[in-house]
Amino acid sequence: MISVSMTVNGKAVSAKIDPRTLLVQFLRENLLLTGTHVGCDTSQCGACVVHVDGKAIKSCTTLAATCDGASVVTIEGLAHDGVLHPMQEAFRENHGLQCGFCTPGMIMSAIDIVNRKGHDLDEHTIREELEGNICRCTGYHNIVKSVAAGAHAMAGSK
Amino acid sequence: MYAFAYQRPTTVRQVQSALGKHEDAKILAGGQTLLPTMKQRLASPSAVIDLGHVAGLSGIEKKGRNIVIGAMARHAEVATSEVVREAIPALAALAGGIGDPAVRNRGTIGGSVANNDPSADYPAALLALGATIVTNKRKIAADDFFQGMFTTALEEGEIITKVSFPVPAKAAYVKFPNPASRYAMVGVFVSKKGSDVKVAVTGASNEGVFRAAGLEAALKGKFNPKAVEGVAVDGSNFIADIHGSADYRANLVSVMTKRAVTKALGK
Ligand SMILES: Cc1cc2nc3c(=O)[nH]c(=O)nc-3n(C[C@H](O)[C@H](O)[C@H](O)COP(=O)(O)OP(=O)(O)OC[C@H]3O[C@@H](n4cnc5c(N)ncnc54)[C@H](O)[C@@H]3O)c2cc1C
Ligand code: FES
Ligand code: FES
Repeated sequence: MISVSMTVNGKAVSAKIDPRTLLVQFLRENLLLTGTHVGCDTSQCGACVVHVDGKAIKSCTTLAATCDGASVVTIEGLAHDGVLHPMQEAFRENHGLQCGFCTPGMIMSAIDIVNRKGHDLDEHTIREELEGNICRCTGYHNIVKSVAAGAHAMAGSK
Repeated sequence: MYAFAYQRPTTVRQVQSALGKHEDAKILAGGQTLLPTMKQRLASPSAVIDLGHVAGLSGIEKKGRNIVIGAMARHAEVATSEVVREAIPALAALAGGIGDPAVRNRGTIGGSVANNDPSADYPAALLALGATIVTNKRKIAADDFFQGMFTTALEEGEIITKVSFPVPAKAAYVKFPNPASRYAMVGVFVSKKGSDVKVAVTGASNEGVFRAAGLEAALKGKFNPKAVEGVAVDGSNFIADIHGSADYRANLVSVMTKRAVTKALGK
């Protein structure tokens, strides 16, 4: 067993874990933050995307041990005082989800896209940048609309 | 995943001694290849040595006529580095086309080069640019480094610390990505410096990345996409799988080379 300490959604957490523990297992099983999903478990689908030190990564392909000292943000860390993050609100408004399984990863990736590419995102850029996120329901059309709308809304909320 | 001991050294020397202590220890860089392999139980190292906190492996700088990239530089860092974009834009573009954004935020140049996947992108750049791989023990020319799929000149306990790229006059990389995985079905990197032309092909051969001598000779004569026409590409040892036959890949090599030359000429 090894000790890890990190900040998750602004709160300091520490635990003794088996070195094999993936970040997604640590989040879901130790911290009971089950908003981060496991879709494929083979690094393809993006359902498990969270932010580590401000960057989108696949938590099924990262050891919790390597995140010692890091700051992690999950889908649960986005809403404040019952008010959805503008990107979450945009997915709701634009019907950007059906079953919702891919949605936490989509939203974490979408915010990462805005952080890197700004608030004016064309359709081509959004589709290209969502390369690592798979949705089995929506056909992507409304997800692309949601990301564009959310990106604009994030400019207003700063 | 099978159980392993986890270690987090802070110097290259400590990494070396940790590798010496454990039989079957593996270095962990970005983990984007090693962790999936361990999850499938295709690898079961007794110890995992994390490079994440080791000093002296990060950073990208221009040194004389070379661009020197630390082994732990993430694909996303290389893709967005001002230094790389200015000196070797083809290399920045290659890094920006690996996998997807989340993979690029973790995966490293050292990991990709050490792994030498037959469909990986970086090995083509190293060969076509005549790069030098620097380890804790020596310097290795790219031509001597890649020795067939998943095989390199690295010895036991050898750690890549950086990769040094001479700046070319012209260069471009074009890949035909597998639509599902984004790995190269065929990727061709061309570079020109003075009268020297290099063409490296990834994704195509059962022997991994290679330099295409016939194409190089033709392009030395005339650095023009037309020069590629009529050069036979020998596909007898090419990969044939559900994604494409060996002949299909041989044809892709010609097509990608033409596109890469066109791109290198800025057309
Ligand atoms: C969904 C997905 C899509 C991908 N698409 C592409 C693609 O399109 N093109 C492409 O080229 N790659 C692709 N990759 C692979 C990706 O680029 C990996 O990041 C890379 O192959 C390995 O780098 P890493 O830092 O993750 O290495 P790790 O997985 O940590 O290590 C890989 C191997 O290299 C060894 N190693 C690591 N660093 C060193 C070092 N400094 N010295 C000596 N040995 C070392 C390790 O021990 C291990 O054996 C993809 C991966 C995924 C998950
Ligand atoms: S569960 Fe991590 S990428 Fe699919
Ligand atoms: S909404 Fe069901 S997988 Fe995307």
